Amino acid sequence: MGEILHGIFINPFIEIAGAPDLFVQVLWEGFVSGTLYALIALGFVLIFKASGVFNFAQGIMVVFGALSLVGLFAAGVPAWLALILCIGIMFGLAWGVERVVLRNLVNQEPIILFMATIGLNYFLIGFGEFIFGGEPKTMITSEIGLPTGSFDFEVLGGLVSLQQIDVSAAVIAGLLVAGLAVFFNKTRIGRALRAVADDHQAAMSVGITLQQIWVIVWFAAGIVALTTGIMWGARSDVSFALSIVALKALPVLILGGFTSVPGAIVGGLIIGISEKLAEFYWGPLVGGSIESWFPYFLALIFLWFRPQGLFGERIIERV
Amino acid sequence: MSALETFVDAADETLLAVEGVTLSFGGVQAIKDVSFDIKKGEIRAIIGPNGAGKTSMLNVINGFYHPQKGKITFKGNTRTDMRPHVAATQGISRTFQNVALFRGMSTLDNIMTGRTLKMTTNLFWHLFRFGPAEQEELEHREFVERIIDFLEIQHIRKTPVGRLPYGLQKRVELGRALAAQPDLLLLDEPMAGMNLEEKEDMSRFVIDVNDQFGTTIALIEHDMGVVMDLSNRVVVLDHGEKIADGTPDEVKSNQDVIDAYLGVAH
Repeated sequence: MGEILHGIFINPFIEIAGAPDLFVQVLWEGFVSGTLYALIALGFVLIFKASGVFNFAQGIMVVFGALSLVGLFAAGVPAWLALILCIGIMFGLAWGVERVVLRNLVNQEPIILFMATIGLNYFLIGFGEFIFGGEPKTMITSEIGLPTGSFDFEVLGGLVSLQQIDVSAAVIAGLLVAGLAVFFNKTRIGRALRAVADDHQAAMSVGITLQQIWVIVWFAAGIVALTTGIMWGARSDVSFALSIVALKALPVLILGGFTSVPGAIVGGLIIGISEKLAEFYWGPLVGGSIESWFPYFLALIFLWFRPQGLFGERIIERV
Repeated sequence: MSALETFVDAADETLLAVEGVTLSFGGVQAIKDVSFDIKKGEIRAIIGPNGAGKTSMLNVINGFYHPQKGKITFKGNTRTDMRPHVAATQGISRTFQNVALFRGMSTLDNIMTGRTLKMTTNLFWHLFRFGPAEQEELEHREFVERIIDFLEIQHIRKTPVGRLPYGLQKRVELGRALAAQPDLLLLDEPMAGMNLEEKEDMSRFVIDVNDQFGTTIALIEHDMGVVMDLSNRVVVLDHGEKIADGTPDEVKSNQDVIDAYLGVAH
């Protein structure tokens, strides 16, 4: 018993104090996966806010975006053109989803829409495998101009190594979020998106068309998914297993709240950093690989205290 | 004399005509064969006891509900039903019985959404908030500031509307409807739940909108004092049927109306 307590409360901190450079390295790894979790969660939040749909297919959209890029390149399309075509594919997907799925399900219960996105999820898996094949592929990292080396720093008496691809992932994620923030807050279409998120009827009464907004918001989520897919693909492989990783967005959303963009970002970082720390310092206690379940555990604890999430709106029922 | 005649002609021009509209939900008839018209430049009240079909009528006019029978002619175009955004495009704006604002957004942004249809730059420019999109934003911002001045809500320009007291929310909602520069403004109980002072303010705004901008207004209201003071003509609905139509004085002395409101032993 004493040994376990020691292992939980004392040993990890001795390790941290003993090798601060390693601690910084772990923090950085956590920060990078956190950024990617945040991006996936952001895709969920965008769609949930504007249409009240929990898009189960967000994870597969990440895979589908990355696969299309790799697949087009493999078919002989130049990398830059493949990237542009992928943006086009994401737009086509958004348009198709609105046309084929959402339009016919207007005013249905949220659970029906949720089921429809599960259908979409499996359709995209099947369609993706049919076109691109099921085997894992390598992201065309250097071909689309992403750096591959690493920066090495002298930190606190040790060497910390930052992969350049990770640094660019963080920078690109930051730019994407900043761009979306300006778009949402400062433009007419962004305002229309927020209006639809707040009140469908009122939005229609001022002449906003829901269909158009849905296409734009699914497109935005598609772009976010494509970016995530490229970044994640560059760190590991491009395979359908990615869509399971994308489910880590769930604990992120529970932490951050389903309707909050800042929540998705902060939640993503918390999950990313805490899972890496837990894995590295507390994992050995139970034989490792707690990374895969720790985020869900954290989310569960969180649900006890703040069911609406860190930034989510508290739901107050008028009685 | 001739000038006066033109004026009278203009006042007689029909802006909206509702003919034989019938609306039912499943087995329930919300509106039964109702016809009336709204003349250009007037304030037209729609009154009636609870459940008379007043809000349903507004929803039909603005395209939320699609009637099973009847037709609606607005600015000379006849249609049986239309989508809300088409109604908005043609110049119909409205407010809602239970304030329907975008609660997370500021007063300014809420009223800016009313300009949606007047703004034309496309997604491409918006992605970069650049060039024409920026220019357009500034122009419309100026117009919205004038509405804010008109409604005397300068002090809450940046406040998220969810935090505002009810009376002010109603005023912001009016502002959003006005921002579209509508030909026909539909107000669903603009004074419900207000205290006397707020009601007087709102009445003043309604009259000023009608006077200064020449906007035609159709309003639903329960406060009879307000209705009699504001409106040029009144249509009375009861159980989905029209039971009276005329000037406030005519309606006030109509026996059916008195019965509908007070109840009558049959």
